[in-house]
Amino acid sequence: MTQRVNRRTLLAAVASTPLLAACGGVSTSGSGGEGSVDFLSTQFLPVEERQRFEKILADHVKTKVGFNPIDASVFATTVQSQVDAGQTKVSLLGGLHGDLAPQKDRLMDLDDLAKQLSDRQFPADLIELGKLGGGSLKYVPWMQATYLLAVNKAALQWLPSGADPQNLTYDQLLAWVTAGRQGNGGKPIFGFPGGPKGLNHRFFQGFLLPSFTGGQITTFRSPEAATAWQYMKELWAQTAPASTNYDFMQEPLERGEVMIGFDHVARLVNAPKSKPDDWLMVPAPKGPKGLGYMIVIAALAIPKGAPQADKAKEVIKALTTPSIQVEVLRANAFFPVAKAELPGDLPKPISLEAAGVKAQQSASSAIVSLPPVGLGAKDGEVAQIFKNCFKEICLDGKPVQAVLDDQAGKLNAILDQLKVACWKPDPAGSPCKAM
Amino acid sequence: MSPARRPILLIAPSLVFMTALFAWPLIVAIGQAFTGPGGPTTAHLERMIDDPYFWPAARNTALLIVVLIPVQFALALTMALLLRERPKFAGFYFYVWVVPLAISDLAAGLVWLAVFTDRGYLNSIFHTDYAYLSHEHPTTMFLAVIVAELWRATSLVFVIIVAGLQGVPKDYDEAAEVFGAGYVKRLRHVILPQLRPSLQVALILRTILALETFAVAQALTGRNLPLLVGETYQWYGFLQNPNVASAIALVILAVSLLAAFGYLRLMREAHR
Repeated sequence: MTQRVNRRTLLAAVASTPLLAACGGVSTSGSGGEGSVDFLSTQFLPVEERQRFEKILADHVKTKVGFNPIDASVFATTVQSQVDAGQTKVSLLGGLHGDLAPQKDRLMDLDDLAKQLSDRQFPADLIELGKLGGGSLKYVPWMQATYLLAVNKAALQWLPSGADPQNLTYDQLLAWVTAGRQGNGGKPIFGFPGGPKGLNHRFFQGFLLPSFTGGQITTFRSPEAATAWQYMKELWAQTAPASTNYDFMQEPLERGEVMIGFDHVARLVNAPKSKPDDWLMVPAPKGPKGLGYMIVIAALAIPKGAPQADKAKEVIKALTTPSIQVEVLRANAFFPVAKAELPGDLPKPISLEAAGVKAQQSASSAIVSLPPVGLGAKDGEVAQIFKNCFKEICLDGKPVQAVLDDQAGKLNAILDQLKVACWKPDPAGSPCKAM
Repeated sequence: MSPARRPILLIAPSLVFMTALFAWPLIVAIGQAFTGPGGPTTAHLERMIDDPYFWPAARNTALLIVVLIPVQFALALTMALLLRERPKFAGFYFYVWVVPLAISDLAAGLVWLAVFTDRGYLNSIFHTDYAYLSHEHPTTMFLAVIVAELWRATSLVFVIIVAGLQGVPKDYDEAAEVFGAGYVKRLRHVILPQLRPSLQVALILRTILALETFAVAQALTGRNLPLLVGETYQWYGFLQNPNVASAIALVILAVSLLAAFGYLRLMREAHR
């Protein structure tokens, strides 16, 4: 049933795209009225998330804020044109690391603010990341998310002996889902988000490939990458074929179509909603090089020439207080970056995820990777390269190395135009390309 | 004003209209498809051809037209001829048959999705568990799109043929009957030749519209059954690459032009 809803949402999106695009160009100022801080954000674009976040702003932030979430590409052009023309109208920017990094030279230094926020105890590597390769802090971490495996406890009966769901390897996962399929009367128990709006490319970019190769782009066509894709082919053979229609894994998981699913935490959170005690949220598996996982960092920054810079700093202070960070987690399932005690009354699905996120972060062999940085409007095309590899290798059954060589050529053609520096886990170096 | 200039004045509004809404976008699209940052280039075209979705999309679109249009014309013609016999409740049937015309593509796609989806009507009625729309079953997936398109778009052909039939005088038909021609003979030698202009319009319209099939397939199969217009949308909307999107759009335009030209040519020759 939900698949129907799913398509309907897709189609509503299709139908409304021209409308939204029309709005995007004009409405780049907030709705908070005179004297409010214009807050331009790539996050909380879906209307429900937006309303919940606006409520948090209204209830907990003293400064008046006009919150204006927009599409990432509109965000980039707006910031660029306003700052470069010396007519900055927005005062506060909120975006993913990849949205803010290309704007590095258009952002104010925030070192003084960071000193005042030392009690927030942001993780040191996030602060390092916020320097965007320079000496001074360009953004303050706002919130984070990642991807996990959701496991219905009913699947534990097929767990191979010696395997710990909290500490899986990719081989154990394959053995598990293979045994599960046999035990389930031939029906696959594993699913992943391979639909048109699914985030399966993040699985390849941030989990599978780093775990097998230690890199994301530079190692794109290495022998280790071929092993990874060979593994993917075997895993796909045991995966629910309907996965090419899954956009949000929480839906097939909740319906019981599959029992184990990989997705973004915000797209898994509803799976355990009705029966939270039946579920586990566990870290992604480990590969030969370690536990590759992708961290999604959202951050706050102030553009140069911001009309309300001081007020914007007040808003940043407020949004990074542990209590508001917890409110955001409760409302929109984005995790705190400040050191915050998670209260016991969190919704059960969120506390399940919190445990998974913590376990994943504290894994000894973790290889952190980031969503691509600085690709701007080309992000979708680079994502499509990974999706094409999946289509050609797993769905069409073409030879792995030949597909990788072919797609590496296309990847490099895009990267050659952009001349961007590599991002984690690839070694920093410019220009980034597949070797 | 001299009488010679009057016609130009009369067609001026439509000229302006066509230039602004057709010629200009067309020129921009050609520019987009063939220029890159370093001047003229065929890079976008190569990108389009190399894309793993392009050839399947082209093949699916062609297959859709080849299968869909003959079936659609046979159905529409039968329906129109049935109505011509003036059965009871003819008006009622007519309205029922044109209902799909009033329904948007997307809505039609959704209606059929409710039928074919894994837990849709079809599976619940027959108590089966068949994934009609799975990428593993390309045949049923394709058939589902065909059925949905048939349901949605046959009424357009039907309406055109009904209108055409009304222009066919009964006298010829009756005269042929007097001379002893059976129904099939009358259909072949009297009715169909007089329907040629309507059929021609319907063929051109339907072929172009079938080339543009998008929403129904998108609703039913997502990108599992790629079609050319769906790919244009994908490149423009999701991949944010208007250049390759324009290149695919130009392919669709070229094929549409060829088809229309071909039909006109064919019909004229048949007429001689």
